[in-house]
Amino acid sequence: MSSEQMSGAEIVIKALQDLGVDVVFGYPGGAVLPIYDALFQQNRIRHILVRHEQAALHAAEGYARSTGKPGVALVTSGPGATNAVTGLTDALMDSIPVVCLTGQVATHLIGNDAFQEADTVGITRPCTKHNYLVKSTDDLGRVLHEAFYIATNGRPGPVVVDLPKDIQVARGVYRNPGKVRHRSYQPQVKGDLALIKKAAEMLAEAKRPIIYSGGGVINAGPAASQLLRELVRLTGYPVTSTLMGLGAVPAHDPHFLGMLGMHGTYEANNAMHDCDVMLCVGARFDDRVTGRLDAFSPGSKKIHIDIDRSSINKNVRVDLGIVGDAAHVLEDLIKVWKAKAYRPDEKALERWWKQIDEWRARDCLKYKPDDKVIMPQYALQRLYALTKDRRPYISTEVGQHQMWAAQFYGFDQPNHWLTSGGLGTMGYGLPAAIGAQIAHPDDLVIDIAGEASILMNIQEMSTAVQHHLPVKVFILNNQYMGMVRQWQDLSYGSRYAESYTAALPDFVALAEAFGGAGLRATRPDEVDDVIKEMMAIDKPVIVDCQVAKLENCFPMVPSGAAHNEMLLGPEDMGEETSEAGKALV
Amino acid sequence: MSDQREEIFQHTISVIVDNEAGVLARVIGLFSGRGYNIDSLTVAAVADNDSTSRITIVTSGTKMVIEQIKAQLERLVPVHVVGDLTLEGPAVERELALIKVSGVGEARVESLRLADAFRARVVDSTSTSFIFELTGKSTKISAFIDLMQELGLVEVARTGVVALSRGKTGLEQ
Ligand SMILES: Cc1ncc(C[n+]2csc(CCOP(=O)(O)OP(=O)(O)O)c2C)c(N)n1
Ligand SMILES: [Mg+2]
Repeated sequence: MSSEQMSGAEIVIKALQDLGVDVVFGYPGGAVLPIYDALFQQNRIRHILVRHEQAALHAAEGYARSTGKPGVALVTSGPGATNAVTGLTDALMDSIPVVCLTGQVATHLIGNDAFQEADTVGITRPCTKHNYLVKSTDDLGRVLHEAFYIATNGRPGPVVVDLPKDIQVARGVYRNPGKVRHRSYQPQVKGDLALIKKAAEMLAEAKRPIIYSGGGVINAGPAASQLLRELVRLTGYPVTSTLMGLGAVPAHDPHFLGMLGMHGTYEANNAMHDCDVMLCVGARFDDRVTGRLDAFSPGSKKIHIDIDRSSINKNVRVDLGIVGDAAHVLEDLIKVWKAKAYRPDEKALERWWKQIDEWRARDCLKYKPDDKVIMPQYALQRLYALTKDRRPYISTEVGQHQMWAAQFYGFDQPNHWLTSGGLGTMGYGLPAAIGAQIAHPDDLVIDIAGEASILMNIQEMSTAVQHHLPVKVFILNNQYMGMVRQWQDLSYGSRYAESYTAALPDFVALAEAFGGAGLRATRPDEVDDVIKEMMAIDKPVIVDCQVAKLENCFPMVPSGAAHNEMLLGPEDMGEETSEAGKALV
Repeated sequence: MSDQREEIFQHTISVIVDNEAGVLARVIGLFSGRGYNIDSLTVAAVADNDSTSRITIVTSGTKMVIEQIKAQLERLVPVHVVGDLTLEGPAVERELALIKVSGVGEARVESLRLADAFRARVVDSTSTSFIFELTGKSTKISAFIDLMQELGLVEVARTGVVALSRGKTGLEQ
């Protein structure tokens, strides 16, 4: 292994190359100029210049989520690093592997309030899985390899490496350490076999089982999704998914009950409530899923598989916790099921499916069609019908459109659904779409957006145009922060405080101003043509799809309610939210 | 979730960490960020080569919260091992305190007499004051401080609890 002297900046680039990085999303500034200079003098790593550091992080997330590989961002010190904080927090909440390199003022200036100094490791400590301040050029190689190891192993997450400028300039030794074996961080990937046997037994004895799968199954790689499908096939048990887990089981698999939770389906939430054995794989019982905790699935025995021990028994006490990677544990679970020749209780299962079919018959996602106004659900149904054959990558912003996208776009494979679940970050979708498009240049990538959210990172149209990324922004334009308005309908007497956006831009003109294309649909009969045209244009497109302004998203579990107390339509909106519910987010 | 009706327990938790910059901030940030209690916290390097430190935390919470605290600590990258000395069997817990008492006449004599009864040592004295050094369980130290209250207590410095499990094995075996 070579151990010649290189500048810190050259070491950074060499280490990234050794780690298999092919693209970095970034924005330059004084404290990272040496690294930019080193980037300039090579051509193995591509740099994508974003227009705001938040977008660099979301793009890295989109890249990571759609490939399973870590995303990389590069930002300058001070404002560059603070702008990155939202993206880091987003990646932490959704367990996305991201490595963010931040410039820092020279070591001897740290603590002196130097120009563009911020305490980056201090600020990002609670919003990263781990972070580093590199204090010697000789440490750079080791730290960078470790950073990638931490970001991608165990429960994935964001890692910051803060790089003082003098460390980038000084010369030092680099050696590729190869596979990292960390002193203290060695996550458990294989589950305890005795516990897995117990789980299989509990599942075999179930009368009203349900499988509740989450983002951990996606994070565990495509094999985990295949194994989950096999388990569903073997058992014939119903399966539901969190927002983050969509695509692990095909949306149209008859065993799939749709998404669960606050805007989940009637059948999924009722089945979760009434089940007698729940198998949770890679999900975390968060408040959007459980509703009021003391009323959550009161009669069930719960099994929880998670790579992160701290997720087990955090919100909901479970009967059996198994620490391990979803793929490994599912594989062992299937082996045990087969070895023991377990069979589901066919009679009980039949009764259970009959009950589920009754819930399904409520057709909870139905809406009132309209032939003059575009219903947002209709627009998404058409978008799905016309684009599904191209197996697009779909990202979203945050709001009603996001929930409708989750309900109406049928995902049948993992890694194709990019959405900000834990943090709920408006402005996520366009940069995430850019990250996915970079990774999959020939695929269709669509950001399903709201007109309010898209304005939070609209500047990234410029990034898309510069790098010839033909991302499609499909805006369900209801002129309202619809999700905020919906809560105001529910809890604040329909007093729409600041949830209407006056003075919206002309999105078609805006797209053109950026050098992209703009399209508009105002009537239902225009929707198909606009979608087809959008797909045919080989550059960034914004579609201003003007939809019903006051439509609300159902089903809905109001905050503070039990998860089986769902509002199924406007006719259920009468009652105001409880006082306790009003205090919840 | 912390259910207010559930019983609160106090636990002494021992954590071996890499002795690196920021590690204490990570631990304290975890407690403040997630709303856990710190009743006492001590830290010092313990390996020959200063490569690891032992943090001893006395915390309180419901059973579920205590379990969470340990799991969250284990998740921190520089943490090697987390032990619950309260759960894992008998442990020795000690704290050291320095207690300054000022007075003359009867009060001064009485403070010295009590110090003797508590096996506190005089580590500084003037004609009108003493500093006592006292080692023992936290409850014993608190009891002594209470007694000094009426006898001219000036100020107190306490180290917080350090603890080790009894028996021949350590946390890392
Ligand atoms: C950065 C950020 N700020 C505020 C919010 C709170 N919020 C959630 S949804 C929403 C409205 C989104 O409006 P729009 O993008 O038009 O989507 P719609 O609900 O109308 O589909 C707001 C303000 C948020 N999630 N993220
Ligand atoms: Mg809107």
